Amino acid sequence: MHIPDGYLGLPTCGVLYAVMLPIWAAASKIVKNTLKAKQVPLLAIGAAFSFAIMMFNIPIPGGSTGHAVGGVLVAILLGPWAACIAITVSLVIQALLFGDGGVTAIGANCFNMAFVLPFTGYYVYKMISFNSPRGSNRRVIAAGFAGYLGINLAAFLTSVELGIQPVLHQSAAGQALYCPYGLNITVPVMAGEHLLIFGWIEAIVTALVVKYLQKQSPELIV
Amino acid sequence: MFKKQKAMKVISKLCMGIVILIILSPLGLFLPEYFKAGSAWGEWGADQIKSLVGYIPEGLGKLSSLWNAPLSDYTFKGWEDKPLAYLGFSYIISAIAGILLVALVILLLGRIILGKNNG
Repeated sequence: MHIPDGYLGLPTCGVLYAVMLPIWAAASKIVKNTLKAKQVPLLAIGAAFSFAIMMFNIPIPGGSTGHAVGGVLVAILLGPWAACIAITVSLVIQALLFGDGGVTAIGANCFNMAFVLPFTGYYVYKMISFNSPRGSNRRVIAAGFAGYLGINLAAFLTSVELGIQPVLHQSAAGQALYCPYGLNITVPVMAGEHLLIFGWIEAIVTALVVKYLQKQSPELIV
Repeated sequence: MFKKQKAMKVISKLCMGIVILIILSPLGLFLPEYFKAGSAWGEWGADQIKSLVGYIPEGLGKLSSLWNAPLSDYTFKGWEDKPLAYLGFSYIISAIAGILLVALVILLLGRIILGKNNG
């Protein structure tokens, strides 16, 4: 889901950077008021977890690969705004140091994976787990659903950003200037592979870690 | 005091989890290779695009070489064609470097955002 440099035209990149700026500003303001200093090491581990989990490329035999993001888990444990910061740091380092995701697309990739994904996941988790006891299975199931929906909405938006490029940018000869595939291809492919495979990976990872923490350190589950 | 010790225990347990992920990380390289899965959809290099659609979109060609990452694709420079075991090693080193850097940046940001007068 990491959009590389060259797949989005600069206007799309600019718009999504512009959308992210106030979100990043709000995140640091809200985190300042809500996160406790003793939770910062946990946030660092959450960001590290997200970075690590994204290195586990899952193959679709003969086809392509994809991975979980781990961001819904961070949102469940530390809130969506803190998760936004954690995943943003992870994505920026992936882009700058490892060329995973484009530098021009940092705004877009952060919008999809550091904003849409943790916020969707967080509110789905809150709705389903509503008032259930900390150790209940309902919270494990809520975490799974949250992971599944969070990553799928993020993948869908990624596919829309890619798919509108041929309409926005064409050469005089009618060739695409950036991503050459339109919505009729990007949406079914990206939505499909996440609905069928990678969404379940995010769901299982999120649910399993919540289940583990319920036993090991229930004070982390809110 | 007891509470603090317990918190430390949780942190060290979670750190162990991250270490396990680092050790296992080359699976994210080997499995796609084994199943001939190629790269993620929509993350191809310019050459791959050319073989898919017959041409390199002009803007894509220009922008795709904009940034030259030091550990591109989690591999050391010049190691791209080395045997898989070498790539696995550079994948682990990349994981360690990335994770340490991510954690360090968050700890620094935490200090900047929260200031020193918080808990």
